Amino acid sequence: MTESRPAGRRLPVTVTVNGVARTADAEPRRTLSDFVRHDLGLTGTHVGCEHGVCGACTVLIDGDPVRSCLVLAVSAQGHDVTTVEGLGQPDTVTELGPVQRAFRDCHALQCGFCTPGFLTTITAGIAENPTPTRDEAVDMIAGNLCRCTGYQNIVEAVLTAARYAAGDDTPGGPAGHGAAGVEH
Amino acid sequence: MKPPPFTWHGPRSVDEAIAVLGEVGSEGKVLAGGQSLLPVLAMRLAAPAHLVDINAVEGLDTITVDASGVTIGALVRHTGLLRHPAAGNAQPLIPQALSCVAHATIRNRGTTVGSLAHADPSGEMTSVLALLGGSITAQSTRGARTIAAADFFVGPLESTLAPDELVVSAHFPGTVREPGTTSGTAFAEIARRHGDYALCGVAAIARVDAGGALLSLRCGYLSVSEVPLVLELTDAWNDSERAAVELARVGVDPSSDIHATAEYRRSLAGVLTARVARTAIAKARSVPELRAG
Ligand SMILES: Cc1cc2nc3c(=O)[nH]c(=O)nc-3n(C[C@H](O)[C@H](O)[C@H](O)COP(=O)(O)OP(=O)(O)OC[C@H]3O[C@@H](n4cnc5c(N)ncnc54)[C@H](O)[C@@H]3O)c2cc1C
Ligand code: FES
Ligand code: FES
Repeated sequence: MTESRPAGRRLPVTVTVNGVARTADAEPRRTLSDFVRHDLGLTGTHVGCEHGVCGACTVLIDGDPVRSCLVLAVSAQGHDVTTVEGLGQPDTVTELGPVQRAFRDCHALQCGFCTPGFLTTITAGIAENPTPTRDEAVDMIAGNLCRCTGYQNIVEAVLTAARYAAGDDTPGGPAGHGAAGVEH
Repeated sequence: MKPPPFTWHGPRSVDEAIAVLGEVGSEGKVLAGGQSLLPVLAMRLAAPAHLVDINAVEGLDTITVDASGVTIGALVRHTGLLRHPAAGNAQPLIPQALSCVAHATIRNRGTTVGSLAHADPSGEMTSVLALLGGSITAQSTRGARTIAAADFFVGPLESTLAPDELVVSAHFPGTVREPGTTSGTAFAEIARRHGDYALCGVAAIARVDAGGALLSLRCGYLSVSEVPLVLELTDAWNDSERAAVELARVGVDPSSDIHATAEYRRSLAGVLTARVARTAIAKARSVPELRAG
């Protein structure tokens, strides 16, 4: 049977977010980005352009990075969504996941507005390609915009995150500072 | 930047989807990957009263490769098609062009059929479908019909699809295999940033005979015309590369926008034509020949 949801009516939407089934009422036109931020209170996902260009709102749907501003919350029903809040490792000292640690160590953020989108994108990127080359690292983040960093340190963080995820904890560092993990 | 209100429908089968589309008629829009439609709604360029969301429809996510080519269902995401080795073997232009469609994150959600239905003359796959002489198959409560690419695209973002029709599949013809001839393809585009819409893009298919002589050269263009443009360049190329480039330059009909002037796009069309034609012909010449019998 075709389910129909009338315009303007707020009806329950259930999505599994970071492993937990979460339900909230939402209009059909509610985007997944607004749903996780406003209806579920998970404000880690940032919203920049709302038309698919900046990548700040990137979340993982069933493990794949997707723009949450270009997915309706109702379309995500029954799927697994991972937001930046789901990338930590609560059982570790820092509680940070490998990509988050790499961002901290490589100084890969300034204002941090774009960061959640980079973290989700790179998490999926290194799961798919655990040993990216520098070119592959650049390609991995090509769909995300950052107004602050100039990208060099983010590329460095991709390479460092890949090492951290593989269990090599030699610290990375900002590009051009000769720190471990910087290739010249 | 929020979409205007609409009634949402979540059909589970093709029959249910076309039944809803039949009821809502021109008030309705199909929602596939949403990577073109949701920006259009967010910018309030359209305000359909009904969205028919096909993401949960069964049976639309198949890729079939046979002697005739590659047939993809309406829910095959760009990424799924790009990662399908058999599809790429049957028609190398598919992965060559698809890897230039947007960014990976967009390709994870956007469907290739959606990009054809969107009929954007800046889309890589519209141009590839036109160049290959492919087709789309649409279904409605009135029945099913197959529409050739040449009859499908009629204007920028405009196709001959009726409002109550659902595109269920698209067919990309495979490499033609004829004894005594071989073929090669190439794709190139120029974008400000890899993954952005191209300022100009060109796809080429070349066929040569056993001696390497050029039998056919056709190029498909994007972002330089109102509908996907296909140019027949065989005679011109056999005359000289310069003649083929000139034919391409006068054959395209670009317009100026904030990204590039018409003249710059025209110049790119010439440069890229030479580039892809050379590559496609070289590839055709290096393929081991298929012998009769
Ligand atoms: C930042 C960004 C960059 C992009 N860059 C490119 C690029 O470089 N090249 C490119 O080609 N594309 C690009 N795209 C668009 C992308 O490829 C889309 O995925 C594609 O154009 C539409 O596919 P969709 O599944 O998302 O369709 P939707 O957005 O869901 O639909 C698009 C249109 O097609 C109709 N439609 C979709 N499926 C069907 C169907 N089965 N039957 C009938 N009608 C249907 C819809 O009603 C709508 O009118 C970009 C998008 C973004 C956001
Ligand atoms: S807010 Fe979604 S891509 Fe910019
Ligand atoms: S850190 Fe400020 S936009 Fe990227």
